[in-house]
Amino acid sequence: MSQVNNFSNNRLVNWFKLSSPSTFYPLAGKLIPFFWALTALFGVAGLWVSFFVAPVDAVQGQGYRIIFIHVPTSWMSMFIYIVMAFWAALGLIFNTRLSAMMAQALAPIGAWMAFLSLWTGAFWGKPMWGAWWVWDARLTSELILLFLYLGFIALQASIDNARRADKAGAILALVGVVNVPVIYFSVKWWNTLHQGASISLTKAPAMAQTMLLGMLLMALCFWMYTIAVALMRVRTIILEREAHTDWVRQLDEVKN
Amino acid sequence: MWNSASEFFAMGGYALYVWCSFGLGALILILEPLTVRIRNKTIILRLKQELLAEQFDKESRQ
Repeated sequence: MSQVNNFSNNRLVNWFKLSSPSTFYPLAGKLIPFFWALTALFGVAGLWVSFFVAPVDAVQGQGYRIIFIHVPTSWMSMFIYIVMAFWAALGLIFNTRLSAMMAQALAPIGAWMAFLSLWTGAFWGKPMWGAWWVWDARLTSELILLFLYLGFIALQASIDNARRADKAGAILALVGVVNVPVIYFSVKWWNTLHQGASISLTKAPAMAQTMLLGMLLMALCFWMYTIAVALMRVRTIILEREAHTDWVRQLDEVKN
Repeated sequence: MWNSASEFFAMGGYALYVWCSFGLGALILILEPLTVRIRNKTIILRLKQELLAEQFDKESRQ
C-alpha cells in the first residue's frame, strides 16, 4: 500500500498542503517582516526620486508630483481586484478555504487603493482642470470599482455562514472583473478629459526616465505593502475562522 | 532643485494639492495595518480566554 498518494508527495513544493490554513499560518508570519522591509526600502527610494530627482514639469509645475501617488494607487486598485477575483475563483472551483480567505483579506486594501486613486485624482484635477470631479468615463469607472470593493465587503459581512459568504462574494467578484478592462481602456474608447496612459506596453513611455523610475518605485512600494497587509489580515481571518480547531489552540501565541 | 525647505513645502504654489494627496495616502497606509493589528490582538485574546475557561471548567469538575 506504499504507492498511495505518491503523486502529491514527490513534488518539491506540495501546493495542496500549502493551501491548508495550518501550514500557511506560520509561513505567512515569517514572510511579513520581509515584505515590510521591502515596503520601506521602495517607499524611501520612491519618495526620494519623486521629490528630489524627478524634474519639474514644463506645463504643470510642481503640481504634477501627485502623479507619483496617483498612478501607483490606480494601478494597484485594478491589479488587486484581479488578484482578489482570481483567489475567489480558485475558492469557488477547488472549494479551498484559504483561497476565499485571501480574497477577503485583499478586498479592504483594494478599496483603500481605489479611494486613494480617486482622492489624489480630485486633488490633481482641481488645479489642472478646475474641477474636483467630472463624470468622465475614467473617473466614473474607477468609482464603480470602489463600489464593487465595498459591495464585496458588505455582501460577505452580511452572510453569517462563512462558506456561503465566500461563494456569494466570489460570484460578485467575478462578475465585477468586467469593469477592470473598462477602466483601463476608458481613455481610448471614449473621449475623456482624463489623459491617456502614461505608460503602455506597446510604445515607449511618454515621459522623462526619472519620472518613470519614481512611479515604478512607488508602485513596487504599494505592491509590497499590499502583500504585507494581506498576509497580516489573512492570518487574523484564519484565527477567527479556525478558532474551534486543535492546531489553533496549540499555537504558542494562544497557549502562553 | 529646491533652494530651501520653505520652497520645498510650498511646492511651487501647489502645496495644498500635493500635501493633501500624499498626506492622506501616508495616513491610510499607517492606519490600515494598525487596525489589522488590533483585530489580531482581539482574536488572540478571545482564544486565550476560551482556553482558560475550559481549563477552569475541567479543574472544577475534578
